Amino acid sequence: MTGVPPLELRGVSRTYGEGAAAVHALTDVDLTVSAGELVAVMGPSGSGKSTLLTIAGSLEEPTTGDVLIEGTPLSGLRRNDRARLRRRHIGYVFQDFNLLAGLTAVENITMPLELDGVRTRQARAAGLKALEDLGLADRADAFPDELSGGQRQRIALARALVGERRLLLADEPTGALDSHSGEGVMRLIRSACRSGAAAVLVTHDAQLASWADRVVFVRDGRVVDSTPPPPGPESLLPGATGREAR
Amino acid sequence: MSVRHALLALLSEGPKYGLQLRQEFEARTGEVWPLNVGQVYSTVQRLERDGLAESDPGDAAQPGPQRRYRITTAGGAELTAWLHTPPGTDAPPRDELLIKVLVALRLPEVDVPELLQAHRRHTIMQMQQYTRLKEHAGDDVSLLLVADAQLFRLESLVRWLDVAQARLRDHVPPAPAAGAGTTGGSASPDDRSGSAAPAAFGRAER
Repeated sequence: MTGVPPLELRGVSRTYGEGAAAVHALTDVDLTVSAGELVAVMGPSGSGKSTLLTIAGSLEEPTTGDVLIEGTPLSGLRRNDRARLRRRHIGYVFQDFNLLAGLTAVENITMPLELDGVRTRQARAAGLKALEDLGLADRADAFPDELSGGQRQRIALARALVGERRLLLADEPTGALDSHSGEGVMRLIRSACRSGAAAVLVTHDAQLASWADRVVFVRDGRVVDSTPPPPGPESLLPGATGREAR
Repeated sequence: MSVRHALLALLSEGPKYGLQLRQEFEARTGEVWPLNVGQVYSTVQRLERDGLAESDPGDAAQPGPQRRYRITTAGGAELTAWLHTPPGTDAPPRDELLIKVLVALRLPEVDVPELLQAHRRHTIMQMQQYTRLKEHAGDDVSLLLVADAQLFRLESLVRWLDVAQARLRDHVPPAPAAGAGTTGGSASPDDRSGSAAPAAFGRAER
């Protein structure tokens, strides 16, 4: 994919505290995520991977370095402009879904649109379309506690991608799900990337990371390694010639 | 992978030709385990010898590729017994990754965390391939099950590498015995490469 990358981190560092008590959560991190790309950030607890995600999503500011969303440096923006850019361009998915219990499935999905000034009827139409794409059209008016874990995470995913948002940031998005439901969520994230979204997934789970186009390894706040683009599945099929390898 | 029992399972569905057995074996195992036709015939001949399969009487006069084989009553009993027998629970005969890491601990010039990361990266890359395979498997349940099995096996390696890295950070292995062939002396937590393998090293070399 070409064009302006949805996300770029340039020399990002984040330090908490000062002097001898300073903790360097991230040190000089460069990361570019292209449209259509799914990047997994792997590392042990305390390696800085969640800090990387919150800084990428402009929920936290780097001590030094810059974050560019769709080519726009966040450091040059005023607080309100940064919040607007975040609302319009970035979707988040967390392990515990973070759905609002008092809103129905479709209302949870449309909330970011309505906060951004989209008319209720128009937002609802977009929400219903998202639910239809997820195979959950009949659950539009269900409340979160009436949905299974897998359904709740699919709703959270729809909320993260509704509207024009093309950057998905996910922190252990399948951590609360069984393996099979988790796979369903990862298939949806892959599908969103095939449609042009960029996604960053932080996880310590190798199976989850293996869905990514590229896996970046973080340790002690630094990017220490990454995988090259993986060969196609055909390399595992010495006897298969007729199977399509897309 | 027991080719012998997999072929018995295919014959339990009805008489089959050798080439047909090969094609169906590969299809049922997600085409991940190619089987040459020579293996098929030698395995079927052993099944015949052991009374577990027999040539279809009508085809007895035909040369190899034209012969159909079918399962015998004894073959059916063998298949049932095999399906219900748990896989071997003995320790694996040789864990190559474990041995490599244990050997690396004895070699002062080896950066062990870097070695662990290289294996982690390689294993994740293999997992990416199997995950792509799942993405493209559609409704091919055999292929999905094969990919799942490989992914869980590879994931366990990554988890072991993670634990190994944490252990090496927290515990300094004992220094090598005199004359052990390494130059490492007392190792600090930041000097893993000069550390020695634990006593388990000898046990791992079965």
